[in-house]
Amino acid sequence: MSASIDRDHGLGLLRQMVLIRRFEEKAAELYTVGKIRGFLHLYIGEEAVAVGTMQALTPEDNVVATYREHGQALARGMEAGSVMAEMYGKAGGCSRGRGGSMHLFDVSRRFYGGHAIVGGGLPVAVGLALADAMRGRPAVTACFFGDGAVAEGAFAESLNLAALWRLPVLFLCENNLYAMGTALERHQAQTDVVRKAEAAGVPGEAVDGMDVLAVEAAARRAAEAVRGGQGPRLLEARTYRFRAHSMYDPDLYRAGDEIEAWKTRDPVVLFTAVLRGQGVLGETDLAAMETSVAAEVDAAVAEAEAGPWEPVEDLLKDVYTAPVDR
Amino acid sequence: MKKMTYREAARSALRQALAGDPRVFLMGEDVGRYGGAFAVSHGLLAEFGPERVRDTPLSENTFVGAGIGAALGGLRPIVEVMTVNFSLLSLDQVVNNAATLRHMSGGQLSVPLVVRMATGAGRQLAAQHSHSLEGWYAHVPGITVVAPGTADDARALLLAALREPDPVFVFEHAALYPMEGEVDDTAGPGEIGRAAVRRVGTDLSVITYGGSLPKALAAADLLAAEGITAEVVDLRTLRPLDTATILASVARTHRALVVDEGWRTGSLAAEVSARIMEGGFYDLDGPVQRLCSAEVPMPYARHMEDAALPQPATIAAAARAMLRRDG
Amino acid sequence: MPILGADMVAGTLIAWRKQPGDRVARGDIIAEVETEKGLIDVEVFASGVLERIVVQPGATVPTGTVLALIREDGPAPAAMPAVAAPVVTAPVVPAAVEPARVEPAPGERKRVSPLARKVAARLGVDPDTVGGTGPGGTVTREDVERAAAERQAGPAPAVAPAPARPRMDVARMRQTIAAAMARSKREIPHYYLAHPIDLHRVLAWLAEENARRPVTDRLLYGVVLLKAVALALREVPELNAVWRGERAEPSAAVHVGVAISLRGGGLVAPALHDAERQPLGDLMRAFRDLVQRARSGGLRSSELSDPTITVTSLGEQGVERVFGIIYPPQVAIVGFGRIAERPWVVDGAVVPRPVVTASLSADHRVSDGHRGGLFLAAVERLLQSPECL
Repeated sequence: MSASIDRDHGLGLLRQMVLIRRFEEKAAELYTVGKIRGFLHLYIGEEAVAVGTMQALTPEDNVVATYREHGQALARGMEAGSVMAEMYGKAGGCSRGRGGSMHLFDVSRRFYGGHAIVGGGLPVAVGLALADAMRGRPAVTACFFGDGAVAEGAFAESLNLAALWRLPVLFLCENNLYAMGTALERHQAQTDVVRKAEAAGVPGEAVDGMDVLAVEAAARRAAEAVRGGQGPRLLEARTYRFRAHSMYDPDLYRAGDEIEAWKTRDPVVLFTAVLRGQGVLGETDLAAMETSVAAEVDAAVAEAEAGPWEPVEDLLKDVYTAPVDR
Repeated sequence: MKKMTYREAARSALRQALAGDPRVFLMGEDVGRYGGAFAVSHGLLAEFGPERVRDTPLSENTFVGAGIGAALGGLRPIVEVMTVNFSLLSLDQVVNNAATLRHMSGGQLSVPLVVRMATGAGRQLAAQHSHSLEGWYAHVPGITVVAPGTADDARALLLAALREPDPVFVFEHAALYPMEGEVDDTAGPGEIGRAAVRRVGTDLSVITYGGSLPKALAAADLLAAEGITAEVVDLRTLRPLDTATILASVARTHRALVVDEGWRTGSLAAEVSARIMEGGFYDLDGPVQRLCSAEVPMPYARHMEDAALPQPATIAAAARAMLRRDG
Repeated sequence: MPILGADMVAGTLIAWRKQPGDRVARGDIIAEVETEKGLIDVEVFASGVLERIVVQPGATVPTGTVLALIREDGPAPAAMPAVAAPVVTAPVVPAAVEPARVEPAPGERKRVSPLARKVAARLGVDPDTVGGTGPGGTVTREDVERAAAERQAGPAPAVAPAPARPRMDVARMRQTIAAAMARSKREIPHYYLAHPIDLHRVLAWLAEENARRPVTDRLLYGVVLLKAVALALREVPELNAVWRGERAEPSAAVHVGVAISLRGGGLVAPALHDAERQPLGDLMRAFRDLVQRARSGGLRSSELSDPTITVTSLGEQGVERVFGIIYPPQVAIVGFGRIAERPWVVDGAVVPRPVVTASLSADHRVSDGHRGGLFLAAVERLLQSPECL
């Protein structure tokens, strides 16, 4: 991180992280008054992972993510209004209100969800990569999952199949140390995720997930290898969520001082300092950025509030492609 | 029309699909070098190569999920899960992804996936290798379920499945693979969602599918010798059920016997029975009867397994009991 | 009390981390709340000064309850997002859920339920000669029993089999109007009708009548409307029913609930008892008494629970037509808008007339548009002869 950073690029990264941060804070507020319902899993603290990784991807690449995917969705370029409307359940939401917070989809941006079954997205990502390989499409399928997913059989199976068939999958493990309420060392005999990947035949690298530039560099390296036909790669981003697993979680399983210690490495704060230190972030830049982000978030909320509900008569739509009831 | 086995008919459909559409490929355990656990894909690896006929690791969850992903990515995968017994490992991908992706995405995605599985009992393979769980699959909105009961349908319904934009599950009864039948291998795809009256009759409707179809036809022969004419309706598609054909048959015969190799409780037969009750109540001269597998994990010993499954003799006996006159 | 989980309906306030007078900033933890899952911190989304604590430690309150008041910083107070109201969706059942109904083709054999046949055999009735009143013309047990009874009693006059109105069980009193309104909207399938009424005769008669009366006995035109409504209910009594459990019970008496708005907000609708039987003068006195006691807080609770129908008038506010929400357990609410001079056709010529729009919101489980229309037509007819009211 010694090279000086391009101003536009740096401000762009920071703004994306700030947008995710403010969006998630607003989502939390809206959840407590019942505007957003069901489950809400916040990305606060992990912003650098989504933002850094997306720098390595092109619009032709595919993205598969988990239920904690607002950060990935926004970093992928999905409109904040369409994401917020989806969480409200409105017809204007990206999934037409049918999915909610955990099932954001945008096929135009090759954003294939939004998966609520832990580990459930990995096989789908392998399949997307398989199709690209068979069709000769030089694309990468980025698959986000958490440390909890490494326990699911699908993890070992998917890494194995991707390595065996040399498929262009970039496996991105967001290791925030807790699978809901269970710490990694309490559910894995082997806690080194990179070693697990290598055992399956997938070269891996661990990276500091709180450092957006480090994530970006590692993601670019890995994506280049994948795109170059070298088979799958795994990146383990070591990160931490500052909030509980979901809104309805008293966070009894984490020590307060552990959380505070990680908060001193807040990716937004860290990167702000980096940009200031390099003279890239001026006095008024941050305030202007916060104002712009606040306006974007407010507009997203307004869009969600004003949007119509899908008519109940359309309940049975889109279960099948054909309009016939099956 | 050619005489060929159910197995050969399925292979013929696979070959036609692989040859006709470069997006189609087959993957599953032992479909390539081994030639298929039931020899359905025998010869296809040599003909189409390892890109189009892929042997997978024993990872049902992941290779079914990969089939879903490949379908999302523009291909037309045929995933062979060796048997329905192993498909339980992939139910998450089926129920939570294949069946839901279109809906959860608000209509943006389509999953044109075909999954073929062998199903059923009768070969003394005991409890873990003898399930008939197609009724469970037929329960799930978002997918289509077919169960060919004839060699011709083994080909026709598979070709039809490959035309569907949504996931289709094809249940091939393992005992039917060696069964011979007349197959028109120049014909196009069959019609999904349409049942077939395989035998016309007036005394009762025997409604069945898949591996129980030949047994029902055999039972009809037994009954005919006693002067009872049974109409045999082959469901062919389990979701969506062809309720119209079922009700039309019951309107003619006024009695219905549903034969289903699944366990009786919560079976597909229960669904058929409910639909007949809802739509054909006033045509019935007596309650709908069901003949299903006994509520027991499939035993190994031959005589026990035979007793657990519907058989031509028990189907005929059930029919006779329905037509019995007491006083 | 924030909603913190998908199925959280209440929480217990355990401790306040801030006290009145303390500054709070957005994101601060202001309290701890006990839920089924354990202790959860409550964060505050506004910045300012904590002014007043409303819920004390140890109290268990439903989600949405105000816990404390914060005086926010900044010139314009940001609107505190109100707790989302339950989504009111039209109770439309998708067509695919309908059970398969096969209607009998003409000339087909009669459909007789198995139970009906059994009963018919027992009672010696030929089921094929019985008129069927079940769905699709099916002969049911009830039909067979009725046929058997008629046969004993002698031939009954030819009557189109009208489905009997089901009776019902005990109604529950709602605790607050708000809960009642929300529930009313959720559960009662409202239908709405409007009917413009020429009031020139009423107004002319009132002018004459009031000229004769001492000031203290003068009649308000609103009372004339109330009386017309009460009398019209004699013609369409099903609008004067009370919904109990799953059926409506017709009410013998007509107690008209009069919607009275209270100063400082709020609305009550106490009953004018036996409105159809009282002369206008008595009705006027009762009305004046109700208004005075409503505004001074002197209403009896029975007066609030007695109405068999409610009338609401928003003419003073300039409203054209009023489609109110039915107060359960009533089955209808009548609305009147303002009187406005409107073009009216009389004998082929257009003349200005004072017109009021009478509206009806009614429970479609109990009445249909035809009956509702008859009711409004009766109100109109009665108002053309005000001297008879």
